[in-house]
Amino acid sequence: MILWQTLRFAVGGLAANKVRSALTMLGVLIGVASVILLLAVGNGSSQAVKDSITSLGTNSLTVSAGSAAGGSRATSSVKKLTVADAKALASDGDSSAIKSVAPVVTTSGTALYGNISYSPGSIVGTYPAYFETANQKVAHGEYFTDDDVLGSRKVAVLGATTAKQLFDTEDPVGKKIVLGGTPFTVVGVLQAKGGSGFTDPDDVVIAPLPTVQNAFTGFGPVNQILVQAASADTTTAAQAEITRVLLGTHAIADPSKADFRITNQASLLTARESTTKTFTVLLGAVAAISLLVGGIGITNIMLVTVTERTREIGIRKALGAPRAVILGQFLTESTLLSVIGAGLGVAAGLIGSHFSIVGIKPVVIPESVLGAFGIAVAIGLFFGSYPANRAASLRPIDALRHE
Amino acid sequence: MRHVIDNRVPAHPVPVIRIRRLTKSYGHGDATVHALRGPDDPETGGPAGVGLDIEQGDYVAVMGSSGSGKSTLMNILGCLDVPTSGRYLLDGIDVGHLDEQQLSLVRNRKIGFVFQSFNLIPRTTALAQVELPLAYAGVRTAERRRRAMAALSLVGLAERAGHKPNELSGGQQQRVAVARALVTAPALLLADEPTGNLDSRSTEEVLALIDGLNATGRTVVLITHEDEVARHAKRVLRLVDGQIVDDVRQAPVDGPPPFLYEAEVRA
Repeated sequence: MILWQTLRFAVGGLAANKVRSALTMLGVLIGVASVILLLAVGNGSSQAVKDSITSLGTNSLTVSAGSAAGGSRATSSVKKLTVADAKALASDGDSSAIKSVAPVVTTSGTALYGNISYSPGSIVGTYPAYFETANQKVAHGEYFTDDDVLGSRKVAVLGATTAKQLFDTEDPVGKKIVLGGTPFTVVGVLQAKGGSGFTDPDDVVIAPLPTVQNAFTGFGPVNQILVQAASADTTTAAQAEITRVLLGTHAIADPSKADFRITNQASLLTARESTTKTFTVLLGAVAAISLLVGGIGITNIMLVTVTERTREIGIRKALGAPRAVILGQFLTESTLLSVIGAGLGVAAGLIGSHFSIVGIKPVVIPESVLGAFGIAVAIGLFFGSYPANRAASLRPIDALRHE
Repeated sequence: MRHVIDNRVPAHPVPVIRIRRLTKSYGHGDATVHALRGPDDPETGGPAGVGLDIEQGDYVAVMGSSGSGKSTLMNILGCLDVPTSGRYLLDGIDVGHLDEQQLSLVRNRKIGFVFQSFNLIPRTTALAQVELPLAYAGVRTAERRRRAMAALSLVGLAERAGHKPNELSGGQQQRVAVARALVTAPALLLADEPTGNLDSRSTEEVLALIDGLNATGRTVVLITHEDEVARHAKRVLRLVDGQIVDDVRQAPVDGPPPFLYEAEVRA
C-alpha cells in the first residue's frame, strides 16, 4: 500500500505549510546550487589556466637578454641576443631536446590599408618556426615560408584583431598593406586565440625577420629567441642545452653570470593551476557548509512539524500504525523536502553556470551535480531521521493527550 | 475464589475483556497515586487491583467523576497504556507481554476507538480517514475503498466521503470516527465520552448508531459521566477512586440494547 499512500501524506504534509516548506527547500536549494556553481567557477578558472598554457605554445621556452639575477644592469658587459645565437642553438648537432628555434624582434608601427590607418599591438619579425612554437595557427591563407625569410619578401600574416580592424569583412589575403612605409602582401590570417590578460594576442602582424629588420629595427640584436622543446619532458634538458650553447657563444665561464634568462611560462602556469585547485577546494568547502546549514534547516522544521502533529501521530498510533509507518512518513517528508530542494538547486546551478562570474566562465563538473544532489538527499534522510525517530517513539497515550 | 475458566464448553465464548488484579499507579514512594486500585488486599493492605469480565455482545457504560480512574481504565483497555500490575486478556490474548509493534497490531485488529474530541486527521477526506486503519492492516486499495464506503454508508455519510474534517459538522465528524472505528470489524468498540462535544440532536444520532452496532453483536465499552448516555447501555459500572463500586445490569447480554428495545416496544 504503503509507499504511494506515504508519499501522498508527505506531499499533503508539505502542502499544509507551503511557505515553511518552500523556505526549507530554499536552504537546500542554495546549498546545492552553490556547490555546483562554486565548483564550476573553480573548475572554470583552472580550465582557463590550462587553455592559456596551450595558447602560449606547447613546450615553448623564451630566451631573453638580461641577467637572471637582475644585477648585471650595472655591469656594461650585457651582450644582446643575436640571430647568430639563434643559429648556434638551431645548429647544435648533438641536441635532441631542441626541436626548433625562432629569433623574434618586436616593434610597433602603423598599418595602412586604403584610407584606413591602424596601429597593431605589435609587429613581430621572426622565422616560420615561430608559428608552431607560439601556437599561432593560420585560419585562412597560409604561413610565410623559409624562402620568404631568405628572400626578405614583404609578406605578412595578420592576427585576427588586426585583420578585423584593417579589413573589416573584406578578405585580407592577397591585399597589400603599408607598414612603416613598406608595402606588405598579406598571405594569411591567424586563428583568434582570445585574450585573458591586458594584451590582445590577436592584435599582431607577423612578418619574416629580415623584412622587419629592414623596415623597422635594423640588423641589430633580437628581442627574444623562442625555442620549442621536443616534448614536455625535455623542456628541462632543452633549458640546460640553451644555457650551455649561449654561455659558449657569449663566452661566459660562470653560469651564475649569464647575461640572458630563460623563462618557461608553462611551468609558471602549472604553479598557478595548483593555486586554482586550492581555490576550488576552498570554494567547495564553503558551499558544503551552506549545504550542511540547509540540512540543519530540515531538522529544525521537521522537529517543529513533529511537535505540531503530535496529536495526529497519537491518532495514527491508536488506529494501529506501526512504528515503521510513522518513521517512514516523516522520513519521506524530510527526504521529499531535500529532493525537491536539491532538484531545484541543480536547476539553479546549471542555469547560473551559463553566466560568467567575476570574469570566469564556469565549467560544470558532472560529478559535482550528482554528488551535490546525492549528498542533499542523504542529508534529508540523515537530518530527518532524528525528528522522525522522535515521532515514531512517542507513546500513543502521551501523543493523544498533547494539546 | 473463582477458578480460571479455560475448560468451559464453547457455548460460553471467551470474554472479550478479562482483567485480573489490575492496578495502575503514577509516581513513586509517598507521592504514588493509584489511578486504579480496586479494593484493599486483606493480607497486605495494599491495593488488590481491579477485576472485570466483559462478555461478547455486551454494552457497558463506565461512569465516574473526573479522577475516578475511568480514563485510565479506558487507556489500558485500549492498549494505549500499560498497567502497573495485573493481567489483561483481550479477546483471549494476554496483552501484557506484547511489545510496541504487537500492541499496534492489536489496536489495529481488535479495537475501534471513538474519542470525545473526534480525533480525525486534519486535511484528510472522510473516505481516507476510514481507509486508514485498513491501510495499516495491509488491505488492498480496491477492497479498502469498498469496505470504507460500506462503513460510511452505515453511518449515513456515503455522500460526504470526499469532505475534509473542517467541512463537516461535529456530529458528522463523530460519525466518521465511528465508521473508522468499525471498519476493521474489531472485537471491541471503545468510546471515550463520544457525545461530550456534541449537541443533543447529534448525541441522539451517534448513540443510535452505537446502539445499532451493539444490536448487531458488536461489544461496546462506553466511558461517560452522563446518566442519559449510560441509560443506553446493558450494564453500568461506576468507578470511584480507582474502584468499581457499582455494577448494574440493565438488560441481558444477548438481547437488544435497552433504548433500541424500548423504541421497538413503543413502535
